[in-house]
Amino acid sequence: MSIAIQSIAKSFGSFRALDDVSLDLPRGELVALLGPSGCGKTTLLRIIAGLETADAGRILLDGQDATEKHVRERQVGFVFQHYALFRHMSVFENVAFGMRVKPRKERLADTEIRRRVNELLDLVQLGWLKDRYPAQLSGGQRQRIALARALAVEPQVLLLDEPFGALDAKVRKELRRWLRRLHDELHISSVFVTHDQEEALEVADRIVLMNRGRIEQVGTPRQIYEEPATSFAYSFIGNVNAFHGKIEGNFVRVGGDLLPHARTDLTDGEPVVAYARPHDTEIIGDAPEVAGVAARVNRVLSNGGISRVELIANGPERGGAKDYFEVEVSSEELSRMALENGQRVRLRSRRLSLFRDQASG
Amino acid sequence: MTSAGSPLAGRLSVSSTHFEDRLATRDSTFVKALILTLSLSFFALFVVLPLILVFVEAFRKGGETYIASLTDPDAISAIKLTLLAAAIAVPLNLIFGISAAWAIARFEFRGKQFLITLIDLPFSVSPVVAGLIYVLLFGAHGWFGGWLQANDIKIIFAVPGIVLATIFVTFPFVARELIPLMQSQGREEEEAAIILGASGLQTFWRVTLPNVKWALLYGVILCNARAMGEFGAVSVVSGHIRGETNTMPLHVEILYNEYQFAAAFAVASLLAFLALVTLFLKTYVEWQVERNVAVENDK
Repeated sequence: MSIAIQSIAKSFGSFRALDDVSLDLPRGELVALLGPSGCGKTTLLRIIAGLETADAGRILLDGQDATEKHVRERQVGFVFQHYALFRHMSVFENVAFGMRVKPRKERLADTEIRRRVNELLDLVQLGWLKDRYPAQLSGGQRQRIALARALAVEPQVLLLDEPFGALDAKVRKELRRWLRRLHDELHISSVFVTHDQEEALEVADRIVLMNRGRIEQVGTPRQIYEEPATSFAYSFIGNVNAFHGKIEGNFVRVGGDLLPHARTDLTDGEPVVAYARPHDTEIIGDAPEVAGVAARVNRVLSNGGISRVELIANGPERGGAKDYFEVEVSSEELSRMALENGQRVRLRSRRLSLFRDQASG
Repeated sequence: MTSAGSPLAGRLSVSSTHFEDRLATRDSTFVKALILTLSLSFFALFVVLPLILVFVEAFRKGGETYIASLTDPDAISAIKLTLLAAAIAVPLNLIFGISAAWAIARFEFRGKQFLITLIDLPFSVSPVVAGLIYVLLFGAHGWFGGWLQANDIKIIFAVPGIVLATIFVTFPFVARELIPLMQSQGREEEEAAIILGASGLQTFWRVTLPNVKWALLYGVILCNARAMGEFGAVSVVSGHIRGETNTMPLHVEILYNEYQFAAAFAVASLLAFLALVTLFLKTYVEWQVERNVAVENDK
């Protein structure tokens, strides 16, 4: 089922959780709503499910207006962060619940329900736990049961609210791979909420990046990572070095130093923030005639083929502020440069992205 | 706000055996003996002794007098009235308690804190005052007294007044047990049920109620015990008409004042017996709750 979100707004008291959000999600994709906590992603998911009502705007499911439709009739499956399994029911009864509460006319025969539940439990590979109670399962098992329960009513959309948020790192990694496989098997349109960029980049077909109740960028994980559209997208996704400064011709003045840039649409004196990924940042020797931001090597972390160099820049021209930078270099390059802790160097970027700096503007 | 004996408090209690096993945390034998002696003698003097006394006094003049006192028409009428008041007050407060707890735990609304405080009102107001409120409202010189008299409806010094007073003094019991539990459980399970297609009623019967059943039962037991044992509020509105508006506690008082000690204690022994049954049920429910918690914690 395709989902169309049209100008949705929602406030809680004076807090604007969603501010005129519009979004089209095509059928069959696994979409991640990604953003920091409080950005409105869970609220948006709950509005799609019908658990919250929007103050304004419409939700279309498969082209049909579902804004006024009751949760029961939306044909959505929902997976909660804390599982929300029925604690007094066995695993089997949890999964069977959606089929058992159907009106008598639509309800399947008991034997058929049994068959379906067993099938779903096999799908999540937990058939052997069917007589247990939720309290007797591990977190990962509970979430898989919650997923089986959601799938039991054959939803047209699967909505997952931070589905792996309450699990430890190892189980998380396993489960998200498993969710991706499951999606490839079932092709059910799915939307999951996460604040973990790694999770979104690894699992989703498409990422919707949100911040402060607005959508910052929509794109494939590759687009989101390689071509961040906004200042927020740059700083939220992946590691990044940020240089705050002012435009001075073909340079950005950062404190007492200059960084070359290639943009032509910016006027002199405009405050900007320049972003560079660690692997696009270069370390060059400390020569005063070369443009680049002065910094000191703080730590060199080498493990495997890629080494990370952590640098610090501070001093009176930065108003006493301490900036940390990170540079990724290959191990060969690192040994060629022979860096020492405390050594003075300059930083430059092969690929610098500039955004107007709202914070200091 | 939870009373010390509530099943929720039981959840937080930690077994003391570990504490006692360790030499480092063990109290000296003398302190232990002193505390134990003090508390046990206090308990014996103020709790066990009076309880025994009730039964001893009841049977002082032999089993026949005991039976006769209980089968006396006035006694039977008092027992019936007590059962009637409880049979009306408990189900009403059950419904009220569930709906109040539901509203408080599930919805955000203005004045919620005020409502929670208000629910506790019958606990903080003296029962005599509670009775007087009804006299002032429905009595002959009360606000609605004239209208009631004109329409020939009797509330004060009649059964309706007794039922009203009983409802008032017992209404916090169920709500107070449910509110903290339902608040801690949250509404996710109910949301899950509704998304899975359950109707409001199905959600209530299959998800909400099973999750709170022990707390509910606990509240009902306490509510019932208080409904049958209430003296002050009922005394004010009853008028003490023998065979008509006397409940068991009132009947005991009348008999005692007339120096019919054996009969008074015979009826009192019924109330004491009721208290023992309540205690037993309460312990059983607490044990069940603890067992459920143990299962939940057992991963």
